[in-house]
Amino acid sequence: MTPNAEQHWARTKSLMILMLGLWVFFGFIVHMFVGALNKIVIAGFPLGFYMAAQGSLIVFVAMLFWFAKAQDKIDRETGVAEDD
Amino acid sequence: MANASADKGGFLNNLGRIYAIYTGGFFGFIFLVGILEQLGVGQKYLGYMFMGLTILVYAFIGIVSRTSDVGEYYVAGRTVPAFYNGMATGADWMSAASFIGMAGSLYLLGYDGLAFVLGWTGGYVLVAVLIAPFLRKFGAYTVPDFLAARYGGNMARLCGVIVLLACSFTYVVAQIFGTGLIAQRFIGLDFTVAVYVGLAGILVCSMLGGMKAVTWTQVAQYIVLIVAYLIPVVWMSAKKFGVPVPQLSYGQALQSISQLEQEFVQKGLATQASLSTTHTAPFSRYSPANYFWLIFCLMVGTASLPHVLMRYFTTPSVREARQSVAWSLLFIFLLYFTAPAYAAFSKLEVYSTLIGKNIADLPQWVYSWGKLGLVNICGKAAASAEAVKASCAALAGHTGVLRLQDFGINPDVVVISTPEIAGLPYVITGLVAAGGLAAALSTADGLLLALANALSHDIYYKMINPNAPTKQRLVISRVLLVIVAIAAAWTAAQRPADILAMVAWAFSLAAGGLFPALVLGVWWKRTTKQGAIAGILAGFGVTLLYLLVTRYFPGFGVKYLGMTALLNPITWAPVVDLKVAMAAANAMDGWVTLAHPMASKVGWFNINNISAAAFGLPVGFAVMIVVSLMTPAPSAELQRFIDEVRKPRGKTLMEEKSGLVASH
Repeated sequence: MTPNAEQHWARTKSLMILMLGLWVFFGFIVHMFVGALNKIVIAGFPLGFYMAAQGSLIVFVAMLFWFAKAQDKIDRETGVAEDD
Repeated sequence: MANASADKGGFLNNLGRIYAIYTGGFFGFIFLVGILEQLGVGQKYLGYMFMGLTILVYAFIGIVSRTSDVGEYYVAGRTVPAFYNGMATGADWMSAASFIGMAGSLYLLGYDGLAFVLGWTGGYVLVAVLIAPFLRKFGAYTVPDFLAARYGGNMARLCGVIVLLACSFTYVVAQIFGTGLIAQRFIGLDFTVAVYVGLAGILVCSMLGGMKAVTWTQVAQYIVLIVAYLIPVVWMSAKKFGVPVPQLSYGQALQSISQLEQEFVQKGLATQASLSTTHTAPFSRYSPANYFWLIFCLMVGTASLPHVLMRYFTTPSVREARQSVAWSLLFIFLLYFTAPAYAAFSKLEVYSTLIGKNIADLPQWVYSWGKLGLVNICGKAAASAEAVKASCAALAGHTGVLRLQDFGINPDVVVISTPEIAGLPYVITGLVAAGGLAAALSTADGLLLALANALSHDIYYKMINPNAPTKQRLVISRVLLVIVAIAAAWTAAQRPADILAMVAWAFSLAAGGLFPALVLGVWWKRTTKQGAIAGILAGFGVTLLYLLVTRYFPGFGVKYLGMTALLNPITWAPVVDLKVAMAAANAMDGWVTLAHPMASKVGWFNINNISAAAFGLPVGFAVMIVVSLMTPAPSAELQRFIDEVRKPRGKTLMEEKSGLVASH
């Protein structure tokens, strides 16, 4: 491996771990507190219900657009990106 | 493969304009049908117009996109921009179950139904981060292609094909079944005829143009399905709350629902038992463990389903493959975050217009769906006013006022009947039917292509006849596509009882069988051929065993595999008394029906069989890792291959490796 490729993979792995961490948090952990969160009601929505119905979904969408950007930045900075 | 003909370049350069005109035309058409309705044209003809015109448009796209180029047939020439591939994936992904069933499940299950909303969206994080960009870089035509290259040969390929066939076939049967149901209800065809008409609609889109035709049809189908899903809810929201943003206004609907739920109990219109599931309270249908395992299995399954993954083979670059996953999720999100609103509006409408009314004054829609056995009152199908009166009179102490526990609705009709229940014009109901049809057809297209490609590319070309000339390969692909389609339609026409449950199984089968091999293949260089094959077989085997035994051989599971009765999530009491059930004469029967006292009611650690990958996935990973460590590390050449897969820059690997140049 050239140094570039090594750095590329190391940074890719960190990004992957960050993404999976967020995924576990918004996919599972936050919903474990649904009982407590449901006591908070915003605009008619119990918060625990809202997180499962919309909140986590919005986070997933935003995460993926951000990820596409962040990974592309890594690719470019380590010189393994595709030509435009 | 960048040898786009001038004509195709023209199409690709004008995608925005073409689909904008198409969308405008579709709105114009809805408007026109609305006017015809006001002029007194019969509902049946409005239904024909919606079904007929949309299918004609899909067929037109399918025929215009016909191709005789292998690269275009298998991966749409890798020219699909991220945004449009996102739409196509949205249509590919959202099946009849999402479009028609999702809001209905949420209506019935309340909070616990959100496991499907979460599971079917969160999986895309795994797709984007762990799998899709790498498969795109590799340059596969099919998912088993990657397994074969990474795990040295056709044994791994065959394992992949087996898992693919197992999870995609039942899935496609369910889509054709859904197409048949919609056509039957809205244009009054006989179910069997409707199934074969649906089949023709599917084939015309995929047979001539393969992936290329399927892609551009799916984009068109996405537009129809999302418009059809959003218009009724936006309308209801505006009508009821004065805000045309249902995703915001249904908070108020949720409040009204819980107020009504309390009032019903006070007035004796509902028992505590029938309200054991208040709409927003968690864990009344699934125990917490089952809820989270279900989310997990659906997510991992999403990331392993071949018909989804193969959509990302069609983008022009690895970069666009990643962006495309984000667009896909956005387009899917539009429907999924609206589904809970749909369910809430529908429930509110039923609660406020039906419950507490005299059973003599029920609205007409109750009978029109009751006739089809989809709405029950007092425990029997509400076929007519007399039938309702008779069945309620048969209940001891019934006062003639409709109580909550008297009313039952099939989840599949919630979406289709809500416009009618809410008093919207029939044009909206027809529109919803066209949307449901688009959802079922588009998913069926993708699945059929995945199945036929596995047979034609992986089995025939790669394993049986590697020297087959291009022309012959495409002929074989098309013949196999038709054969698989007919087999699926024939199966659907038999009306298999469990077909909808089996769709949920597909996720666990894909997760247990494919996920470890795909992920470790990229992320852990040490994974060996033997490890992968053993892991696929173990993960898939355990998942399949759990599904089959709990559903079809429960007595065997209890006696020999140490399974116990599942528990009620509220009372934690066993849902079946095993002492009694095991002593019964039918205890050890095989292939039992759902009516069997133990069918789908036993398991390990109180895990429902819908989450079977809870066992298969860990076993698959463990076996793959242990066997890999016991066998010699992959060769230096293969390690370099993995390095190349990880880097976006450079040519796709499959063409280089096998010298397979798709187009010229």
